[in-house]
Amino acid sequence: MTIALETQNLEKQFGGLRVTRDLSLKIEQGARHALIGPNGAGKTTVINQLTGVLKPNSGRILLEGQDITDLPVHKRVLRGLSRTFQINQLYSDLTPLETIGLAVSERLGHGGDWWRRMGTRSDVNGEISDLLSRFHLLDVMNDQTVTLPYGKQRLLEIAVAIAAKPRVLLLDEPAAGVPESERHDILAVVGSLPRDVTVLLIEHDMDLVFSFADRISVLVSGGLLTEGPPEQVARDPQVKAVYLGEEAVNV
Amino acid sequence: MSAASDVGFHAQRQARWHYGEIAFWLVVLACGFAFPTRYLIMTDILRLALFTMSLDLILGYAGIVSLGHAAFFGVGAYAAGLLALHGIVKEPVLALIVAGLAAMVLGFATSFLVIRGVDLTRLMVTLGIALLLEALAERFSNITGGTDGLQGIEMQPILGQIPFDMFGKAGFFYSLAVLFLLFLFARRVVHSPFGLSLRAIKNNPLRAAAIGIPVTRRLIAIYTLAAFYAGIAGALFTQTTAIASLDVFAFERSADLMLVLVIGGTGYLYGGLIGAVVFRMLQELFSTITPQYWQFWIGLVLVVMVLVGRQRLHRWVLYVPNLIIKQVAGRKAVVAVPESEA
Repeated sequence: MTIALETQNLEKQFGGLRVTRDLSLKIEQGARHALIGPNGAGKTTVINQLTGVLKPNSGRILLEGQDITDLPVHKRVLRGLSRTFQINQLYSDLTPLETIGLAVSERLGHGGDWWRRMGTRSDVNGEISDLLSRFHLLDVMNDQTVTLPYGKQRLLEIAVAIAAKPRVLLLDEPAAGVPESERHDILAVVGSLPRDVTVLLIEHDMDLVFSFADRISVLVSGGLLTEGPPEQVARDPQVKAVYLGEEAVNV
Repeated sequence: MSAASDVGFHAQRQARWHYGEIAFWLVVLACGFAFPTRYLIMTDILRLALFTMSLDLILGYAGIVSLGHAAFFGVGAYAAGLLALHGIVKEPVLALIVAGLAAMVLGFATSFLVIRGVDLTRLMVTLGIALLLEALAERFSNITGGTDGLQGIEMQPILGQIPFDMFGKAGFFYSLAVLFLLFLFARRVVHSPFGLSLRAIKNNPLRAAAIGIPVTRRLIAIYTLAAFYAGIAGALFTQTTAIASLDVFAFERSADLMLVLVIGGTGYLYGGLIGAVVFRMLQELFSTITPQYWQFWIGLVLVVMVLVGRQRLHRWVLYVPNLIIKQVAGRKAVVAVPESEA
C-alpha cells in the first residue's frame, strides 16, 4: 500500500510547551483515517503543520513521498492537499457561487486571469454547478455567505475544500456546531467522498469517528498514544483511561 | 438554460453594465457642456476621483490601508513636470504614461514593505514612505525646485493636436477621457477571477491561501497597479495646472483621500467618483459660508455619516423615489443600494 501523507518525528513547541511530540504518522492512500484525542491534545496544531499554516520546529512532512515541509500553504493545495476548518473560514461578503468559482479557477490555473471575466469559462462553470448541486447550495448561490444558515455554511466550507480536487483531504471537525436537523446532509456528503481521496478526519464525535474511520490514531498531549483499526482502539485500556469521564467509547 | 450556463450567467451578474452606470457617465459628460465656466474645479474633481479610485483598488478590494498614497501621486506629478520641463517626452499622453510607470516602479518596490505587515504597520510604512519622498524632494532642490516647485512648465498640445487652453476646457475633457479609460480597465480587472481573489484575500487571507491563492503575489500586483493609477492622477495634476510643488507629497493629501473614499464608499469603484464630487462640493459650500471654519463642518459631516451609517443614509435618500417607483412598477423595481457598501 502506498503512503499518501506521512509525518516523520514532527516536533512543535510554543515557548516551553511541546504541543507536538515526536509524532510519526503514516496515512495510507484511500484511507479513512481518524485522529482523535481529548481537548488540548494538539490535533489542530498537527493539521496546521500539515497544511503549512504553522512550521514545525523539527521533523518532516511528506505528501505522496515528496517533502513538503518547507512549502507555503497555497503550493501544498495545488499539490493536492486540502482542508476544512474547525471554525468556518469563509468569505463573508462573497456568495457561494463566487467562493466556489474562485477555488475552481485557482485549481485550473485561471485564478490570476485579470482580463477575462468570471463566469466566461465553460469548464469552470460546469464544475461550479456540479459542486453547488452536490452540496445543496444551488438555491442560495447568490446570497452573501454571511447570511446563510450555519448548516449551509458548513456545507460550503467542505465544498470549497473539495473544489480544490484534493487527493488528501483533512477534515477538521466537519460536524462541529451543526444543529441535529442539518447533520444528516454533512454526514452524507462526508460519507460519499470518492474512495481515491485519502481522508484524515479530526473529530470529537465518537459516533462519527467509529462509523467513518477504518483506522484511528489517538493523540494525547501532542504525542501518539496508540494507533490501529477501530475495534482495537476501542478496546484499548489506555484509550479508555484517557477518555474516562469525558465520553464512553462504544463500537 | 443548462445548469452550467446558468452559473455563468449569475457569475457575470455584477460585471454587466447597469442603466444607472451609463446614466452616471452621461451626466458627467453633460457637466462638461453645462458648466463652461467651472472647468477648473471640475477637472480638480476628476483628478481627485482618479486618485481615490486608486486607493479604492487597494483598500476597497484588497484591504490594504494606506496613509501615504500621495507618494505615488507626487512621483507621477514630478515625473510629468520634469518630462515636460526638460522636453524629454513632449507629447502629454505619452508623458502621462511614462509618469504613471515611474510611480508604478516605486509601487512595486515598496509593495514588499507594505504587504507583509498588519494594518497598523501598513499605515506607518506608507506614511513613512510618503514623508521620506517629500524630504528627498526638498533636499534635491536642484532637480525638483525645492520649496518653489517646478516652474515654467509649458505643455505641448495633446496628441500634437489639441492645445491646453486658459479656460481649462481641453484639460477637463482630457482628464475625463483618462479617467474613463482607467475606470473601464479597473472595472474589467475587479470582475475577473483576479479581482475576486483580492476580495477573498480581504475577507479571509487564511482561507484564501487554503484554496491555493498566492496571497503575497496578488497583493503586490494590485498595489503596483494602484500606484500606476495614483501616478497618472499626479501627472494629470501637473499637466493641467502646469505646476508641481512639494505639497503633492503632503500628508493632508493622503488623509483627504481616505475621507473622500469613506464618503463615497469602498469596493464598488464609484465610491471614489461620488466621494470626490461630494467632498469638493462640501468644501466649496462650507468655505463660502464660513471661510475660516469650513474644516469644522466637513469634520461634522463625516462624524454624522459614520455614526448614522451610509447604508441608512442611502435608504433615506432613496425613500421617496422608491415610493413612486413601487406605485408605478411594483416591488421589484426598487432602486437598491450597491451591495458592497457597508
